[in-house]
Amino acid sequence: MRIFDLSFRFKIPLWGSALIAVTALILSLSFVAQSYDDLKRDMLGGSESLGRTLVRTLYTTLLHDDTWRAFEIVNAPYQGGVRHGNFQAEGLIVLNGLHQVFVSSQPDTWPLLANMKQLGPAYAALDQRIGGARANDSVTLEAGGKILLAIPLVADGIVLGHLVLVHPADFYWPRFRALILRALAITALVLAVLLPINWYWGRRMAIPLVQLSRRMDELGRRLPEPLSASAYAYRDELGHLFRTYDRMLAELVEKEGLEQQMVKADRLAALGRLTAGIAHEINNPLGGLLTALDTLKRHGRHDPVLDRVVPLLERGLNQIKDIVAALLVEARIQSRALTRQDVDDVHTLLAQEVKKRAVAWEWHNGLEGTAELPATLVRQVLINLLLNAVQAAGRNGRVSARILATPGGLRIEVGNDGRCIPPELMEHLFEPFTGRNEEGHGLGLWITYQIIQQLHGRIDVDSREGWTRFVVELPEGEAPCLSVESA
Amino acid sequence: MERRLFLGRMAHGLALALAWPLTTHAAARPLRIGLTPAFLHDRHGLMAEWQAYLEQQLGRPVKFVLRDSYSDTMNLIKQGQLDAAWLCDYPYVLMKSRVRLLATPLNEGRPYYRSYLIVSALDTTTKSITDLAGKVFAYADPFSNTGYLAPRYELTRRGVDPRGHFRKTFFTWSHRKAVEAVALHLADGAAVDSYIWESLAKVEPDLTRRTRVVTRSVEFGFPPFVANNTLAEADYQALRRVLMEMAKNAQGRELLAKLHLDGFIEASPALYANVEEMVRLAGERPNADF
Repeated sequence: MRIFDLSFRFKIPLWGSALIAVTALILSLSFVAQSYDDLKRDMLGGSESLGRTLVRTLYTTLLHDDTWRAFEIVNAPYQGGVRHGNFQAEGLIVLNGLHQVFVSSQPDTWPLLANMKQLGPAYAALDQRIGGARANDSVTLEAGGKILLAIPLVADGIVLGHLVLVHPADFYWPRFRALILRALAITALVLAVLLPINWYWGRRMAIPLVQLSRRMDELGRRLPEPLSASAYAYRDELGHLFRTYDRMLAELVEKEGLEQQMVKADRLAALGRLTAGIAHEINNPLGGLLTALDTLKRHGRHDPVLDRVVPLLERGLNQIKDIVAALLVEARIQSRALTRQDVDDVHTLLAQEVKKRAVAWEWHNGLEGTAELPATLVRQVLINLLLNAVQAAGRNGRVSARILATPGGLRIEVGNDGRCIPPELMEHLFEPFTGRNEEGHGLGLWITYQIIQQLHGRIDVDSREGWTRFVVELPEGEAPCLSVESA
Repeated sequence: MERRLFLGRMAHGLALALAWPLTTHAAARPLRIGLTPAFLHDRHGLMAEWQAYLEQQLGRPVKFVLRDSYSDTMNLIKQGQLDAAWLCDYPYVLMKSRVRLLATPLNEGRPYYRSYLIVSALDTTTKSITDLAGKVFAYADPFSNTGYLAPRYELTRRGVDPRGHFRKTFFTWSHRKAVEAVALHLADGAAVDSYIWESLAKVEPDLTRRTRVVTRSVEFGFPPFVANNTLAEADYQALRRVLMEMAKNAQGRELLAKLHLDGFIEASPALYANVEEMVRLAGERPNADF
């Protein structure tokens, strides 16, 4: 896996950390490099100004050839064998006009009257440089592990000699090292603060992105879950992206729901047409058969076989008629408008059944006056739903019914506390013979659905553990003008 | 009343202060004693003690006047600014007409000292001063016997001209510093006062251990205390008595011990006869009027 293929979870913090580290390092390095030059210059400058101070007192001793006084002066900084504070030179040499050692702080190393050439190549080089330099100009020379600084002893333009300050070439190193350590410590401190912040911030950015990416991946296969609102609460481009995603997802969910509903409605409509067609086709010969049977009963001779078969035929044909009649939901507009009394009648009608089953029921009739809806059909819907609910609630169950007048229509809410409707049943709930059980023919909800369809209303089911509720919305005044056969 | 008294005292004091340089009143004028590098004159604590002792014994103020070179002290004597001084024997000989001997200190029980020729302890080859030809040599003071006159006399005696013998010479203006110059290898050799070297060997053995005594000269009369001829007889006698009696009381003995001396004896010009002889023979009579 290449580094650029890494997850944002690592890439953002890693890039951020790398940038921070590189920046901190470059800043520190440039600071250290600058300090290196400054320090070296400052320390040599400090040495030179000390040297210039010494030169003033040394001048007289050279003039008077007072070796001992000169020695006391150049030896003073080294009293006790320890170099003092800012005095960085490891030794001082006073040269006379002939460039011989007039005196030095360490006579062992630089004996009296020694020639510069005898002291070593660095001193020999300095000797030449001094010779070429203008009066009053100091000469700096780095050679042989030493930094030599020669300051002339000048009076009235006459160079009496030189004061040479001998520094070890790395004399600034201890202070430079302290500087580097301080710079490193500060860099480490800055990194210790910035890196965790960067890491946190990077993950804060990356994790929502990763979540988004995973959900987008799922999109083709199934509808993913929405992103948690707390994942990224800011109103920048990323936040905008997440909100757009959530909106898109909501729209997709809604669309899918609609599609499912449409499919279901289409199927139910097709079923409706099929059953109506079949029922109609059966109805015609059935009428003939029943008429024929009637004739047979009335005018037929008495025959022990016939007497046994005819009632059998009659019961069978009547059952077929009942079923066909049930399947042929006909919304004939012979009905009057629904009144409050119609609804209360349903209550009265079912009171016995409810009582028998020891079901507790809440009843709310919110309809005042009349509703422009066919009373018979609405009552049929209400009765079907209530009977279902009472049956589902079971013994000692609870049922609730609310009939409400809404602006422009009627709303019926019927609920029960029975078991919830399993999903596989929910899918085919309104199809005929779906909810078939020992007590009904399984056409109740089918009929209900057909009636509601014909009244241009809608029915919704919300079934969850402990409470199942059917809600019916019926628009007022849209009188159905079509029978179910042509729906 | 009190105020008048106070003002009166003020006026009296002021008058005294103004009159001080001219007055000869013994009680008011301090006795001025010159001190030279003839001893370890940088031990200031010791000198303060000694000064207090002399003041107490003499019953008058005493002022020590320190100079780093003999010639400065000699000039002060000449100008009458010193009543007495602890001089080296060589300056004494030169100034004989201007001073009279007060007392001679006793070193190791005797009124003598020597000149030590010293080299670095690392130098194991030098046997005599002539071996130091072409080397750097440190003298103590141009008016020092042991630190200048004696080594030069020694060279002259051996038929060597001291002026060209060494490659370079310089003065350290004190015996102690001459020892340091050799110890630090600034000079290859030096001639120092035996009393100073031996005292240093007790006080700062680390320093003397870095030097080696090559030769010891003959004995010379110990650097004497001298009185300026201008000093009144009574003052002369008083000072002489105090010095002579130092060894007789505990406080004096304690001081003498710190000075590495044993006491004072009557000084006699005979003690310094050999120095006079050297001055004569070496022809080292500076062209100055002392």
